[in-house]
Amino acid sequence: MAALTDLTIAQLSATLAKKEASAVEVADAHLKKLDEHRALNAFITETPDKAREMARASDDRRARGEAGLLEGVPLAIKDLFCTEGVQTTAGSQILKGFVPQYESTVTANLWKSGAVMVGKTNLDEFAMGSSNMTSHFGGVENPWKRKGDNRKLVPGGSSGGSAAAVAAYMVPGSTGTDTGGSIRQPAAFCGIVGLKPTYGRCSRWGVVAFASSLDQPGPFARTVEDTALMLQAMSGHDPKDSTSAPLPVPDFAAAARDPGIKGMKVGIPKEYRVDGTSEEIVALWARGMDMLKAAGAEPVEVSLPHTKYALPAYYIVAPAECSSNLARYDGVRFGQRVPGKDLTELYENTRGAGFGKETRRRILIGTYVLSAGYYDAYYKKAQQIRALIARDFKEAFEKCDVLLTPTAPTAAFAAGDKMDDPVTMYLNDMFTIPASMAGLPGISVPAGLDKDGLPLGLQLIGRAFDEETLLRGAAALEKAAAFVGRPAGY
Amino acid sequence: MSLDKDTVARIARLARLKVPDEELAPLAGELSGIFAWIEQLNEVDTKNVEPMSSVSDVTLPMRADKVTDGGVAAKVLANAPGGAVYVDPSDKNAGGFFTVPKVLE
Repeated sequence: MAALTDLTIAQLSATLAKKEASAVEVADAHLKKLDEHRALNAFITETPDKAREMARASDDRRARGEAGLLEGVPLAIKDLFCTEGVQTTAGSQILKGFVPQYESTVTANLWKSGAVMVGKTNLDEFAMGSSNMTSHFGGVENPWKRKGDNRKLVPGGSSGGSAAAVAAYMVPGSTGTDTGGSIRQPAAFCGIVGLKPTYGRCSRWGVVAFASSLDQPGPFARTVEDTALMLQAMSGHDPKDSTSAPLPVPDFAAAARDPGIKGMKVGIPKEYRVDGTSEEIVALWARGMDMLKAAGAEPVEVSLPHTKYALPAYYIVAPAECSSNLARYDGVRFGQRVPGKDLTELYENTRGAGFGKETRRRILIGTYVLSAGYYDAYYKKAQQIRALIARDFKEAFEKCDVLLTPTAPTAAFAAGDKMDDPVTMYLNDMFTIPASMAGLPGISVPAGLDKDGLPLGLQLIGRAFDEETLLRGAAALEKAAAFVGRPAGY
Repeated sequence: MSLDKDTVARIARLARLKVPDEELAPLAGELSGIFAWIEQLNEVDTKNVEPMSSVSDVTLPMRADKVTDGGVAAKVLANAPGGAVYVDPSDKNAGGFFTVPKVLE
């Protein structure tokens, strides 16, 4: 029998259902992996006691015949989701020691379906970053390394810890959040599957806010089917999030088990052929289209004319929303406090000491673009461009069912690279941000290895609330690419 | 668009963010670089384009104006960084206060 930690969520569920292992045994096997690979720094808080307690409760439920969709499956949770009684930091010093008194809707949904939490994963501070290097708790190491090169690589970001934990077989699945690519880009860098659902599919209630009009929780796993299973458990209308879609939850897993894509129209947006993309990724993109074509899909050239403006527009919208959202960290009601001679100085000292460099930078950008006299020139302009980007996608989806693009312009880079110029780092998200701006679902599927032996991902983008078609396309791509890579030593 | 040190100091003040003097000049340089890159948006004609503030086109739902939650003052105050003061220490859910430095003389 394969090691319990090698199993996918679907396989673990079958193993547990057949009573070949108990949830407690499954939890222990994964907790041992957390011990073994602690050097990756994937977790900010490990919760072994809670995991065993939840696993025991899961075994009891199963014995009573009450098994849920993810019964007994160990998961890691991005430390941006509030978890009742368990420290939640958002990767920031300002929230160090913050213990939420309530549970986020998405994690509550996961526990309701029987899942078991093993810990809270590391991330870029307040989910702002593409490398996990902005975390107050130190960067996460990608389990993958270049062939013959021992340098540490980044796992991508911001959900880097969640992606690394799944890639290193510490857990079969984890949660992330995606504002401009924070699920899809780390999934590509770590050789796993990452799905950003349609904005509104998963509740944002209890998720530490970064940019509220863009933030969306989603799953990581090693297979498309597993991400579908997780999405199914995470989704659903939540009256506590006014932007949560009042829609029923489809059978996502059934869609993922059906890679039949005969006649599916796959759009290739010509504007995604941009300078700076690695040649290997351009070649992989073409191979990906060939694979889908061989599976019965029909390629369609489409145009998304405003693609190049998505990134600069995002760097107005996201910081603007971030500067408003992060106003709550004032040292009064929760989080760290640094005293001052009066209340204003208390605010300034607390925020100056509690926020890291990138967070401070984004708060300043946001404050500036929203300040008197600049609002129309920046914020309103960016919102108008956002409308044009959404219109581009709408027109493209009149000609196709999904879009195929690369996920990121390069494979994982070395820790410390791209740190000198913020714009260079921002460019990492050039292929993921447009769909975020339009609120569309996207999935990154590992599709091959580059010459250095690092995983590369391809992205599929779907119509709003049509994750089923997206999952069918992703399953077909997964099947054809037959990615079997595994980081050495994990 | 180029930002100078004074502008950075002004927006830092607006954001209630203490930025040490020696960081103002490097920040001005970084932010100017970011805004220079953002300038490309001016290439796009956005005349008569309705700004998009949210992708969800649903109108915000209304609910009945009824109390649906409450009686959890102890939870609300549990993470107070300056400590909390309770109206009735024997019943923390009866209500209480966050504490801040003296505001009025």
